[in-house]
Amino acid sequence: MSINKELYVTFLKIGGFTLGGGMAMLPVMEKEVVDKNRWIGKRDFLDIVAVSQATPGIFAVDMASHIGYKINGIRGAIAASLGTITPSLVIILAIAICFTTIKDNYWVEAAFKGLRPAVVALITLPMFTMGRNAGIGKWRAGVVWPLLLTVISAVLIWLFGVSPAWIIIGAATLGVIRAVVKSSKK
Amino acid sequence: MISFIQSEVVSGQKWMTESEFTDIVAISQMTPGPIGINAATYCGYTSVVNDPSMIESFGDTPMMLGFMGVLGAIIATASVIWLPFIVMILISKIILRYKNHIITTSIFETLRPAVVGLLVSASLCLLTDINIDNIGNLLKIEDNFGISIDNFGSAEKSPIGFALSIAIFLIVLVGTKRFKWGMIYSLLACAAIGILAFGVLGL
Repeated sequence: MSINKELYVTFLKIGGFTLGGGMAMLPVMEKEVVDKNRWIGKRDFLDIVAVSQATPGIFAVDMASHIGYKINGIRGAIAASLGTITPSLVIILAIAICFTTIKDNYWVEAAFKGLRPAVVALITLPMFTMGRNAGIGKWRAGVVWPLLLTVISAVLIWLFGVSPAWIIIGAATLGVIRAVVKSSKK
Repeated sequence: MISFIQSEVVSGQKWMTESEFTDIVAISQMTPGPIGINAATYCGYTSVVNDPSMIESFGDTPMMLGFMGVLGAIIATASVIWLPFIVMILISKIILRYKNHIITTSIFETLRPAVVGLLVSASLCLLTDINIDNIGNLLKIEDNFGISIDNFGSAEKSPIGFALSIAIFLIVLVGTKRFKWGMIYSLLACAAIGILAFGVLGL
């Protein structure tokens, strides 16, 4: 299979089996792209998440185009993005054309009651592996700032409703300041 | 994203009614795929099929009207993608070129923990109903133990259903983390459990 085809099929799977939007896609994406296909490293994956959060547009498509571009240039980006949107397009059109009353269906609602806690669990998962790659564990060695940054951003978004985009912009600014301070010390 | 679509499509262009829009959000959330794409596809189809001039031209042949709707869906989806796509390619290019520059590496070093914070907050938001407005109420620990009613059900209305939801959450969490269960199988199993417990048994 050519790499573009492989990208398309992989992202088709990712788009077709994740309920609940962008964040729910992350664990599946991480598994397919990092663990299974080994296209990119865990740390690079985390960086792509950061960039996709900070740029406009649909998070999952941003992720797909960035990963695709990294692997096979513009062709790769197009293949991965198309893969991500194909299931949505087909399923939503089928629903729009055939039956608009799916949301009131008793059985669909029952299935969703079982699914929602599971989706929340799956969304919780990536933070463990990603936390390790973000250097949070370094607090044991006395480097506390990564852990602190994680806690502060989590609380700001969770309790105070700050937009994730601001957190990303803020953290990036901190990074620039840090680089300037570091190089001026030398 | 959703509120932005709403202000454009419902209040601005009047392509559909408020309740039609709520339906779209519900359907987008319960079908796989990115919600923004789902919403754009659905909006594209519905607004074309609802449009009076479209009905006038193609109303006699439902097939043709449906085809125009599909076209509308594709146009809406393509429009929501192309600009961010180009921006993303440019950013990828820049990042790949300056990958080893001190400023780039430093930015990513501070970004990584912040992104993890973002993930933590995403799961906390889904898990709990706590925010700064009701933190005073929550100290009483009356409101569903602070656990999200939308995702886990109400402990008051259905204690067994609530306990089952918590159990599903913990089992999927541990099973996927420790025993490397396939996520797709977990989701299928949970849908089946939901149908059985909440549909057949009516918990």
